[in-house]
Amino acid sequence: MRIGDRQGANTASCMLGKGKVERGALQRSNYAAPVVARAAATLFAVAAVLTGCSGGVFDPQGPIAAGNTKILLNSLAVMLVIVIPTLVALLLIAWKYRATNSQARYDPEFVYSGRIELIVWGIPTLTILFLGGLIYYGSQRLDPRMPIISDKPQLNVQVVALDWKWLFIYPDQQVATVNKLVIPAGVPVHFTLTSASVMNAFFVPQLGSMIYVMNGMQTDLHLQADHAGTYYGQSAHFSGDGFSDMHFQVHAIPAQEFGAFLSGLKAGTGVLNADAYLKLAQQGSDVSAATFGHAQSGLFDAIVHQALPPGLGPTRNKSVSEPGIRPKANPSPTGSANPAPQHREEAHDAR
Amino acid sequence: MLGKLDWSAIPFDQPIPLGAALIVFIAGLGVLGWITVKGYWPYLWHDWITSVDHKRIGVMYIVLAMLMLLRGFVDAIMMRTQQLLAIHGPGYLPPEHFDQIFSAHGTIMIFFASMPFMIGLMNFVVPLQLGIRDVAFPTLNSVSFWLTATGALLVNISLVVGEFARTGWLPYAPLSELAYSPGVGVDYYLWAIQISGVGTLLTGVNLVTTILKMRAPGMGYLRMPMFCWTSLASNLLIVAAFPILTATLAMLTLDRYLGFHFFTNEAGGNQMMFVNLIWAWGHPEVYILVLPAFGVFSEIFSTFSSKPLFGYRSMVAATMFICLVSFMVWLHHFFTMGAGANVNTAFGIATSVIAVGTGVKIYNWLFTMYGGRVRFETPMLWALGFVTTFTIGGMTGVLLAVPPADYVLHNSLFLVAHFHNVIISGVLFGAFAGFTFWFPKAFGFRLYEGWGKAAFWLTLLGFILVFAPLYAVGLEGMTRRLQHIEVDAWVPWIVIAASGIAVMLVGAACQIAQLFLSIRDRDQLRDDTGDPWDGRSLEWSTPSPPPPFNFAHQPHVENEEPYWSMKQRVIDGQDPRTDRHYEPIDMPKNTPTGFVTAFFATVIGFALIWHIWWLSILGFLGAYATFVVFAWRDQAEIVIPAEEVERIDCDRTAAQMAWLRRGEQVR
Repeated sequence: MRIGDRQGANTASCMLGKGKVERGALQRSNYAAPVVARAAATLFAVAAVLTGCSGGVFDPQGPIAAGNTKILLNSLAVMLVIVIPTLVALLLIAWKYRATNSQARYDPEFVYSGRIELIVWGIPTLTILFLGGLIYYGSQRLDPRMPIISDKPQLNVQVVALDWKWLFIYPDQQVATVNKLVIPAGVPVHFTLTSASVMNAFFVPQLGSMIYVMNGMQTDLHLQADHAGTYYGQSAHFSGDGFSDMHFQVHAIPAQEFGAFLSGLKAGTGVLNADAYLKLAQQGSDVSAATFGHAQSGLFDAIVHQALPPGLGPTRNKSVSEPGIRPKANPSPTGSANPAPQHREEAHDAR
Repeated sequence: MLGKLDWSAIPFDQPIPLGAALIVFIAGLGVLGWITVKGYWPYLWHDWITSVDHKRIGVMYIVLAMLMLLRGFVDAIMMRTQQLLAIHGPGYLPPEHFDQIFSAHGTIMIFFASMPFMIGLMNFVVPLQLGIRDVAFPTLNSVSFWLTATGALLVNISLVVGEFARTGWLPYAPLSELAYSPGVGVDYYLWAIQISGVGTLLTGVNLVTTILKMRAPGMGYLRMPMFCWTSLASNLLIVAAFPILTATLAMLTLDRYLGFHFFTNEAGGNQMMFVNLIWAWGHPEVYILVLPAFGVFSEIFSTFSSKPLFGYRSMVAATMFICLVSFMVWLHHFFTMGAGANVNTAFGIATSVIAVGTGVKIYNWLFTMYGGRVRFETPMLWALGFVTTFTIGGMTGVLLAVPPADYVLHNSLFLVAHFHNVIISGVLFGAFAGFTFWFPKAFGFRLYEGWGKAAFWLTLLGFILVFAPLYAVGLEGMTRRLQHIEVDAWVPWIVIAASGIAVMLVGAACQIAQLFLSIRDRDQLRDDTGDPWDGRSLEWSTPSPPPPFNFAHQPHVENEEPYWSMKQRVIDGQDPRTDRHYEPIDMPKNTPTGFVTAFFATVIGFALIWHIWWLSILGFLGAYATFVVFAWRDQAEIVIPAEEVERIDCDRTAAQMAWLRRGEQVR
């Protein structure tokens, strides 16, 4: 599987220079000395280059991810400023004062020094003060609930984590997809998220911030993909036996093609109503991407308010004596969980 | 009759757990057979199982911890190899088995390896350092140990009978609720942790009382060795935090057994409450583990630099600072839950503030070496390995405390690498350092230095090889607990990590070889002096191994380093033994109460897991009867007559005194 079709801007140092941040204040987030930040970035860029920087935190593809990475690197730089000298000093002192070194002065009375105490408490405190500023600034600016400022109207997507697949509802367009998220590039997306059963986390590493999804509750997240491309998305919180297959593709397509995509969806079959949802909510993993030409309105709210009951878990799908279910080896009890009429993946790829 | 228990509970169709269980079973039978053939049962029963001597209980804790460390390490090897073999494929562990493995790995490593190791060290060392004869409540101490062993036993029974939790080492609701985990796995987790948790809480009460109330005359708070201070902080945290764990798990138990709705999806249950409560215990738990390790390192840095600890009072302040602040940071485990920016800011800053305390400690260790005579023996190597790698782990920890960075790193392998970086290089290196450091004290002979150094370097190298790639792959976006892998970019890192665990395995083999060869050659490695490392605190003033009463005469403490000053007096030509008069000593009497209680606790736990109600009632009755018998005992103490004390003391200290005079004149 390829993740991150777009392979540009591979080094982290390029990324630091990338000022494409929509949130005004992020543009001047140069708290750390830029030189040190760049040094830190280079350090990690080495790791990034080793794997072609494909799809990770150091290959951000949107303003939020770029903001996360910038804060991460700046914090790292702040800390490296004291960590590296400390480590060097530790090893040097240990070596210099080795017992076999007759040159070094033995001074067993050196057990207290007010000045050193001051430095010893002062340096970490100052560092943390500095970092505290970064924490305050970053948390406020990158609050997942804060909308992305843009001249384009935001796209609303409702996300439901199911056992073990992702349902994406486009409420304004009344269509839905499973395990495949299509968004227009350059347009801010407002996700409202919940879970049909257990806790999960919605996470697209290249687009930035993850967020927990929980049954009976709604969380909010704003993300944006700057460029067209395919990005890897996953659940980042363990949710049971089918968890490892709970990943999905995010297709960011050029904004002008998004309308065509939607009409293609609407032309397709498959209706997501309460019945179809309840079938979909049954446990099943390794589900291929699917689409619904029509999604009943109010479904998401019904899930959040538990008008549609929480997912049933494994009891329905297996006999009591069976110790566990095996999504891969024995798909028969769970594989049938896909709702019957569906507009399959192939139809969409033909667009 | 047998509740939910029937033959289907035994995984006849799964060769891996069955095979492992068979090997353990046969090995266990072999050991029992060997004990029987050699006729060691009376010795084991009288001198170990029923012993209430803090030193023997400490040793038993550490034996348990080492066994469980091996079990947890096998789990780790299975996880790393599974991910290696499951690239675009199923691997050899199906999800329901893999999920048990990582849940068991975390549970065992935290509760049954790290905790017993640290508690074992504290048990053995603290009374000796305080200059006293036992802990405050010796029988309770024995009960604590055996309850911990019960928990470990239950977790290991789940390997064969039924299954273990498939929810991760913290059973997040609602995944752990009956609706989503109908099997007995979570029940095994709950009862194992509850029973051993009682043991841990009792230990906390015991050691806090001991340190606060039972120090040798003259030993004010600010004359206690650093290890006692960190033990005090750690046990205060136990006393404050473990009730939260017990209550949280009790609520989950009520949900699962009696249909309550504390954390369920339905009927107003609140899963966020579970996450908050479990981490309100879980974060202090991290410091419960690492603070004693800090104490071990403080003793080692000072001893092997031949200098008192630099900035002692500053260290005490830093310890208590960490102890306090560690209770106010739990939310950083779930910044991504969607709490507001202000909440995340507050907890992010509070978390990074802890780094001030840790930073102070690191600088003070650094200045302890400054102007010293640093000897690179095995404990010191562990200490230096700790302080360098732990600094990196602390740094990535502070990075994770920055909420926007955490938003992209949370639950990734970066997080996994971070907490292993602090727990392995903090707690485990501390445990190994303490083990090597105090082993000669406990047994009267040293461990082979060569094997110890080989074990150190291999473990360090393996540890870096495993976790540096995991940091990198976490930055690539790989999340934790994946049973198989579909992303090619992650593969190189997973391969390196798997090679690293092979190196760690060789390191572990060296550790085992060191122990066995040293036991075999114990006569050559004998240490008559009681003070093999040129120590500074009171435990080194006793002969090795110390007599049951530790000190024939209660020491009088005049400064922070009583044994060091005693040695100084010898140099000045004084006889350190001023008191030649011996008195009879009252010592607590051995009792099987702890063992019997644990037996019934095992029965209760197993019966409750499998819903065998009559058996659990029987178990409760048995446990209560044990308590009654203990409470009505006629004789709580035995008296060691003065002549006996004199004989033991003169015999065992003669060699030590000769060495002291000779050794100190050469100095």
